[in-house]
Amino acid sequence: MIRLEQEPRPRRAKVLGVYLGMGVVAFALTGGVFAAYGVSPWEVYRALLEGTLGERQGLAEVLRRTLPLLLIGGGLTLAFRVGFFNIGAEGQLLMGAVGGTAVALFLPPGALSLPLMFLAGAVTGGLWALPAAWLRSRVDVNEILTTLMLNAVASSFVLYLVSGPWRGEQVQGYTYTDAFPDAASLPVLGETLVHWPTGVLGVVVALALQVLLTRTSLGYALRVVGASPRAARYAGLPTQRVVLLTGLLSGGAAGLAGVGEVAGIHHRLLDPTQLSLGYGFTAIIVAWLARGHPALVLLTAPLMGVILAGGDLLKISFNMPFRVIDVFSGVLLFCLISGEALARYRVRWGR
Amino acid sequence: MIDEMLQALLRALSFGTPLLLACLGTLVNERAGVVNLGVEGMMALGALTAFSVATETESLWLAVALSLVAGALAALLHGFVTLTLRANAYVSGLALTMLGLGVSGLLGNRYEGAILLEPAPELPFTVAAGVLAVGLWAFLYATRPGLVLRSVGENPAAADVLGVSVGGVRYLAVAFGGALAGLAGAFLSLAYRPAWTDGMTAGLGWIAVALVIFVGWSPLRAVLGSLFFGLLYYLQFRLQDQSRVPTELFAAMPYLLVVGVLALAGLRRTQGSAPAALGKPYHRGER
Repeated sequence: MIRLEQEPRPRRAKVLGVYLGMGVVAFALTGGVFAAYGVSPWEVYRALLEGTLGERQGLAEVLRRTLPLLLIGGGLTLAFRVGFFNIGAEGQLLMGAVGGTAVALFLPPGALSLPLMFLAGAVTGGLWALPAAWLRSRVDVNEILTTLMLNAVASSFVLYLVSGPWRGEQVQGYTYTDAFPDAASLPVLGETLVHWPTGVLGVVVALALQVLLTRTSLGYALRVVGASPRAARYAGLPTQRVVLLTGLLSGGAAGLAGVGEVAGIHHRLLDPTQLSLGYGFTAIIVAWLARGHPALVLLTAPLMGVILAGGDLLKISFNMPFRVIDVFSGVLLFCLISGEALARYRVRWGR
Repeated sequence: MIDEMLQALLRALSFGTPLLLACLGTLVNERAGVVNLGVEGMMALGALTAFSVATETESLWLAVALSLVAGALAALLHGFVTLTLRANAYVSGLALTMLGLGVSGLLGNRYEGAILLEPAPELPFTVAAGVLAVGLWAFLYATRPGLVLRSVGENPAAADVLGVSVGGVRYLAVAFGGALAGLAGAFLSLAYRPAWTDGMTAGLGWIAVALVIFVGWSPLRAVLGSLFFGLLYYLQFRLQDQSRVPTELFAAMPYLLVVGVLALAGLRRTQGSAPAALGKPYHRGER
């Protein structure tokens, strides 16, 4: 029998060692799946490394994937710290893209176009998280289920818009809107798809959320609600309002990411499966890795950016289905949460 | 008219069968106090296992049996991570969904679009699900092991004092939940749509998770609940070509309904029927 003994203050070296070890285990397990698929894991990992970090174009792809993860991951880190398990970032991103698109298509283009788009995206993304936050705070409905269901609803809504009322006039048979005017498009680095203003926004949001959480009295309330809801109630903290605010902030950050994708890469609203490549779900791992410190997503988002860009690469060079990213994400998430347990507890064999 | 209604009922029964199977399994492991959100992933694994076995061996029995095993094994992974390693059950379930969808999509690639030449009949699955619902109801409320299972979900500390192995019961319940999710997947790929396509579970697993709350953790009400959702699915397909309402609204309907149902359940405080220790890890001597 395996028995676990709590270790309140594990040494930093042990924590780091456990996480590195679990990382190796994750790659070994994923390699096993590749082998079962009929491809040599060595070849896969070599191609992955060379194609992402080994060349300029690959690096640009990694950065491009990192941008939305920075924003969503920062917001989710805050939400998880407060104990609001928002897994609806995918839908909030889509709704943010809808808000940004509305501004780009229906307001006269001008110098204010981009700021207004980001503002609208933050609002629509935040509002999409609000019903789940409200249900959670008022009637104790599990937010994991509601946010997840709202993902599917948002996806249907975007599909409805691009194939119905917002469908472009010049597009024939395709499901997307007309292209945005130039004033509603984000500048990019050189020949790449790296829309850097979104990155700046991501860094600012991550740092701002970190300051909010650790240096303000509101942040103190957030942390108490997350650590012990009961203590927060006894202390007279406005628990319900804290949860609502958390929903708005994390949904708003995902909404910003949605605007970045449409304004920086696609320049139009399009089919939800092409609009986001599961950023909302990958960002859960980004946030989980950041362990409650929004600023840490500056490190963890690029890490997952490598995996997303790598998954794309594997699709092309090994003709793999897009699910390869789910394999990476699932195994990594399992290893991470197991690693957390192994770091916090000492394993004993025997009774 | 009568014909039409009979047709609707039959289709609703068929649509509702995978929901009922997955819902009953999840209901049992939640009655033991364990949350497993990985149903969608386990269903996908069960569907692929059943389809590949049926294709390779031409034995439907073996296909069904191994889909049960695949679902149970996947669930045991969740059990190990959450019960033994004490990791967050919600995140683990999410990881299981990603892993199940990912692995089945990747390994199922070679069967993509393939169809089964001799599909299984739907009726035995539907009948089995109905019988199982009644059987589980009798098990939970009229037998000693059923009482033990419920006590582990309601008050694990008391069960422990009485000599019940809380961990053992929870592991068994989790494996049972996974096996039924695997069976639900097998129904999809062997009978309902005797073919394999990536993502063919199409969110049914998540609806089953919500259905458990909808039916208040009762196996008999699960029959009615899955019939209701089955009818909804039927209407979605039936009304799609006739009405002016956009098809996307029908596609979003089950999800909107789940949110609505959860909200209603919360407002009416019927969540009181949830097992008291649901989602709470139990370890002797702590707390």
